[in-house]
Amino acid sequence: MAELRDLYQEVILEHSKAPRNYREPAHTNHKAEGYNPLCGDRFTVYLEMDGDTVRDIGFQGAGCAISKASASMMTQTVKGKTKAEAHTIFQRFHDLVTGHGHGQETELGKLAVFSGVSEFPMRVKCATLAWHTLEAALEGSQEKVSTE
Amino acid sequence: MSAVAAVPIRKTAGSLDVEQIREQFPILRTWVRGHELVYLDNAATSQKPQSVIDAIVAYYESGNANIHRGVHYLSEKATEEFEAGRRAVQRFIHAAQSSEIIFVRGTTEAINLVAQTYGRANVGAGDEIVVTAMEHHSNIVPWQMLCQEKGATLRVAPINDQGEVLIEEYEKLLGPKTKLVAIGHVSNALGTLNPVKRMIAMAHAKGIPVLVDGAQAVPHIPVDVQDLDCDFYAFSAHKMYGPTGIGVLYGKQALLEAMPPWQGGGDMISSVTWEKTTYNKVPHKFEAGTPDMAAVAGLKAAIEFLDEVGIDKVAAHEHELLEYATEVVSAISGVRLIGTAAEKAGVLSFVLEDVHPHDIGTILDQEGIAVRTGHHCAQPVMDRFSIPATVRASFAVYNTRAEVDALARGLRKVMEVFG
Repeated sequence: MAELRDLYQEVILEHSKAPRNYREPAHTNHKAEGYNPLCGDRFTVYLEMDGDTVRDIGFQGAGCAISKASASMMTQTVKGKTKAEAHTIFQRFHDLVTGHGHGQETELGKLAVFSGVSEFPMRVKCATLAWHTLEAALEGSQEKVSTE
Repeated sequence: MSAVAAVPIRKTAGSLDVEQIREQFPILRTWVRGHELVYLDNAATSQKPQSVIDAIVAYYESGNANIHRGVHYLSEKATEEFEAGRRAVQRFIHAAQSSEIIFVRGTTEAINLVAQTYGRANVGAGDEIVVTAMEHHSNIVPWQMLCQEKGATLRVAPINDQGEVLIEEYEKLLGPKTKLVAIGHVSNALGTLNPVKRMIAMAHAKGIPVLVDGAQAVPHIPVDVQDLDCDFYAFSAHKMYGPTGIGVLYGKQALLEAMPPWQGGGDMISSVTWEKTTYNKVPHKFEAGTPDMAAVAGLKAAIEFLDEVGIDKVAAHEHELLEYATEVVSAISGVRLIGTAAEKAGVLSFVLEDVHPHDIGTILDQEGIAVRTGHHCAQPVMDRFSIPATVRASFAVYNTRAEVDALARGLRKVMEVFG
């Protein structure tokens, strides 16, 4: 059960039960939808951009504990960041959950709790769905995003 | 009955010697993450007995040659084995003649074959095709494609909260515009055993032919296509202890003869000239190209395995396991069963409070338990029950009560993590 606890850390369980920024911000000016057809996970990420900066961010949708907690913590992390900063964080996060991010946990702060995902390759797509959706929203892409 | 879980593990049930059956399946000796494998994903694909594996190996070691072509020894032997496989299928589903058995890649290809040949020839603008609300995507999408091409309409017979077809509503959908009915025998997502014989009779009363998707029925219950009087019946070998890549389309001889061919190529012709090509007789008309001959040898061995055990005994064993699992799993606090039809076969689908099925699947996997989580290629069914996905445990002849108990323990562990 050790590995299981690595995946389902308390912080992750807590965010999945009470996701933060689970709403559509009033002044949303960018949004994108992410959907994994095989799992049925589906999220919409809403952004209020002020120039290149994420002034506000929210999300809504349904998914597993990993995908929901990841979306929740992502919104906390990128609020106030620039598009370029958000992109860099996602790259590091992606490296972390795919097992390529050794030594970068400190730079990721709270997001380091997702390091256990790398032991569960089938769940990487859960952890990254919201992030891919965020990227699409930042780029203004109209295409529905999928991590499958 | 809840006391049963506390008594020493019973590995035999009814008149079946489950231990003796388990010994025939090498993969069941696999250890997964420190646990004995508990394989409860049989509706996705079943495991294969040694005899099936051996038949495939023997085919390549001593029987391989192309069929229906050469005059040499091996070609004759391979042809005879291939046609013996066809006769084995004929007997197994009680078809009137072996020429009514067409080998395809699987259920999906069988349904697409009917849609692309019978469907294209007989369905036109304004016509209707009737399915039920519990179909697998493979018995929805080929008809949607056909309807789109022809300007026809797909009509859907609704189901109740237990996951049973509303028969009166189904009957009301059958009308002069209905050109075909396509229904699942057993639902892969809900386990419902549909009253197909009655539904076929209702359609026939109005002159409408019926295709039955039997992928989830053939491994679990005796099937007699003449008794059902279905016009087409489709199933896959890999869900009935046979190999992947081979399946069967049964069709009534007269219908098959009247249908245009499907794919063009070798074996499906009787003569080819630049001016005119004439097609081979059924079933060869629908079997263009070199088929998967080794897989047919494996399918024949799978049928022999089922014959030896006895499909009635298989059905009784699985029914008893399903009843036990239904009782044990529904006793767990927070469980909601999805699919509670009076008549079911082999499938227990459920959700557990608001824990997502994928999280449940990951935790069970850590205990060595393989279940399916997701929408089971039946998204309209998930929508009907307003859920994104379910956990599905599905049973085979080699499953035991001890494995059901392991599932229940695993689900309690899920509640420990998420409770």
